[in-house]
Amino acid sequence: MFSYTIKRLLSLIPVLLGLTLIVFFMIRAIPGNPAQIILGQLATKEAVAELTKQLGLDQPWYTQFFQYLGGLFTGDLGESLRTKSPINEEIWPFLAATAELAFCAMIIAIVIGVNAGIISAWFQNSWFDYVAMILALIGVSMPIFWLGLMEQWVFAINLEWLPTSGRENVRAPIESITNFYILDTLIQGRMDQFWEVVKHLVMPSFALATIPMAIIARITRSTMLEVMKSDFIRTARAKGLRMFWVVYKHSLKNAIIPVLTIIGLQTGLLLGGAILTETIFSWPGIGRYIYDAINYRDYPVIQSGILIIAVIFVTINLIVDLLYAAIDPRIKYN
Amino acid sequence: MKQLKGIWALVLMLLISLALVGCNSSAGTDDEPAEDGDAAEETEATSGGQLVFARGGDSTSLDPAITTEGEAFRVTDNLYETLVNFGPQDTEIEPGLATDWTPSEDGLTHTLNLREGVKFHDGTDFNAEAVVFNFERWKAGDAEQFAYYTSQFGDKIDSVTAVDEYTVEFKLNAPIAPFYKNLAMSPFGIASPAALEEFGDDFFKNPVGTGPFKFKEWKENDRITIVKNEDYWQEGLPKLDEVIFTVIPENSARLNALATGEADLIDGVNFSDKATIESNPDLQVIERPSLNVGYLGLTSTRGPLKDKLVRQALNYAVNKEQIIDAFYAGAADPAVNPMPPVIAGYNPDVADYPYDPEKAKELLAEAGYPDGFEMELWAMPVARPYMPEGQKVAEALQKMFEAVGVKAKIVTYEWGTYLDKAAKGEADTFLLGWTGDNGDADNFLYVLLDQDSIGSNNYSYYQNAEVHELLLKAQASSDQAEREELYKQAQVIIKDDAPWIPLVHSTPLLAASKNVINFLPHPTGSDLLSSVEIKQ
Repeated sequence: MFSYTIKRLLSLIPVLLGLTLIVFFMIRAIPGNPAQIILGQLATKEAVAELTKQLGLDQPWYTQFFQYLGGLFTGDLGESLRTKSPINEEIWPFLAATAELAFCAMIIAIVIGVNAGIISAWFQNSWFDYVAMILALIGVSMPIFWLGLMEQWVFAINLEWLPTSGRENVRAPIESITNFYILDTLIQGRMDQFWEVVKHLVMPSFALATIPMAIIARITRSTMLEVMKSDFIRTARAKGLRMFWVVYKHSLKNAIIPVLTIIGLQTGLLLGGAILTETIFSWPGIGRYIYDAINYRDYPVIQSGILIIAVIFVTINLIVDLLYAAIDPRIKYN
Repeated sequence: MKQLKGIWALVLMLLISLALVGCNSSAGTDDEPAEDGDAAEETEATSGGQLVFARGGDSTSLDPAITTEGEAFRVTDNLYETLVNFGPQDTEIEPGLATDWTPSEDGLTHTLNLREGVKFHDGTDFNAEAVVFNFERWKAGDAEQFAYYTSQFGDKIDSVTAVDEYTVEFKLNAPIAPFYKNLAMSPFGIASPAALEEFGDDFFKNPVGTGPFKFKEWKENDRITIVKNEDYWQEGLPKLDEVIFTVIPENSARLNALATGEADLIDGVNFSDKATIESNPDLQVIERPSLNVGYLGLTSTRGPLKDKLVRQALNYAVNKEQIIDAFYAGAADPAVNPMPPVIAGYNPDVADYPYDPEKAKELLAEAGYPDGFEMELWAMPVARPYMPEGQKVAEALQKMFEAVGVKAKIVTYEWGTYLDKAAKGEADTFLLGWTGDNGDADNFLYVLLDQDSIGSNNYSYYQNAEVHELLLKAQASSDQAEREELYKQAQVIIKDDAPWIPLVHSTPLLAASKNVINFLPHPTGSDLLSSVEIKQ
């Protein structure tokens, strides 16, 4: 197990290096000069040339690349071309905002998705099964943009239950310590603000959870159906074990591996793919941070932002792989 | 049987939730008149309170000198003050930090008397030395740092000296016709020399000016909070205690936030939402005076468009009224000249090419294209007040051109790419627009259509020696009547050469809760909030 983990960690190095190189070239292939964009439409050609030089963008690509790489090895993610602040400091609040949102969304997606899948399989062809699977189909194909605006219209404007945007009530802002607002408000013992944060989280979390929830429900249902047809399940039932335990203990444990894979992949996708949700609910997250950087051709921010998401993505999947062995004793890594 | 029961349960649940929705909305309408009644009784507005101003994008800097971005100026205009000010809703010059000013005969020396007793937010005094310090800073920097200073003043300011504590003298080496209009522009807000020295490169995050509000907090991409400057020199201002600028990127979501009361004032309202807002008794639509132009550029170095007759023909083919009705909810005027009529020097005698497809066909035939031709039509990928729906306007234009035999293929690129390629002259025809910075004709005609601006803002590659001469002459003249005459002549020639199809001068829309009063949006987009009040 230990040697496997080390091996996996080592194999990440070429993956991340390759990714850095690809991103480096891709963003430079987009037309548009960062210097021109930073200076605006009124800038003179001389000014643009000068800023290009100052930003080091006139250097040959390999110089730029190795400089950036060198920085990475010392833990320096570079400096934003636009705000001239170190990305290490700048990126954290955005990352925390998205992490909080993605975490809540994944909890919702897993709790509802897995249970809906299990119950659908348990009562196959019942009305619950039909409704759940139709909802799942709608969920997978729902445009988040539309869903988000509909949520706002129903729950904020008509029912007046929830706020439409942001992470907090801006009229009474939170003193942030960790940038995870749920934690911050709990640490400070501000229950009023805690509820405010939860209320702000509900709609974007559900919007973000929709697609993974639907996918998880469908996968859980199909793997559960397969497992529930196996001999050991029939034996368990013949033994007189209660159906609930048969389903939630014996079947689920055997059906969970593919579900876990999907959960891992979806969690990774949520981190980078939250951009639409972040836009509609004006969530100051990493997706929007990188999106804005693309508009400004802020090369270091795009590079480092994508790199960080990639690192998180592969880490989550590594954890999932290790979890297989923990859950299913038949899986051994040597 | 079991299944049937289940379906009934589901139907019941749906009914209950529908009933709940119904209850809640009717309860809402019951409450509203009562609230309105209270507000009406209280005729006198009380000062103080908090204003949440939601907008589409975050500021990039809180130092106005180092940016060119409108969203940045929207905030800095309330933190800093300029030597002279624009009028509340026009671009006429009024006293600001300077109480009066005298230009010399030749327009080369300008003496400004400064307001006494003004203090920066850090407690230091505002005086002639502070003004000199700011100008020295901008002069010493390069275009890379201070883009607006370079474009508006360049090397033309020879020296700025403090004659005495409250008098400054500007010496120019060439006259700058819109000198005072330039001084009133947001980037030239006077910053505290002490703070500039203290914060150095980090000044853009720690702004210190003399304005009605002081900086409190900036959470990037989220919100900027500014609070009342208790020591502000204007008695009784500002009225608000606090202004919070929040970022809500999506137009519909921003409107939703206004409807729920999370925001008090929003910018960037879709024209198509105008009617919805007007029908809501709690909300109001606020119109920003127009200082923009939306146009279709006809790149005069490409294919058939090299021919003036072809460009004129395309002008005849466009029905502007139809576009305005369809995409601007009527909140726009058809454009005739490249600049809006409020600008001094606008030529009202220039007649527009009327909508006349037959005439367009004739001209095309005369130019040697009796069967029309094929070209690209670039659609803006982003919404701007002068072009809210680039794609749809492009489709409408495509139809109009098709009616005269010209086949336009609609293409679009991501915004940065779009501008970059257009600046290189790669577009046949392209949608674009401009919002004025200082209300001077030079800021439209020279910036957008002079040959010097090819490669930057003259995207249509228009070149005419006569226009160039007129524009340069107008730039150097200090006689306002003469300048206006020169600009009028230039517009006649430009109309005939037809480098654009000027489409609209739109009225950008904002919306606010009915409680927000005295908000006067400025045509340049930089809104001063000192007299805004929230009716309790």
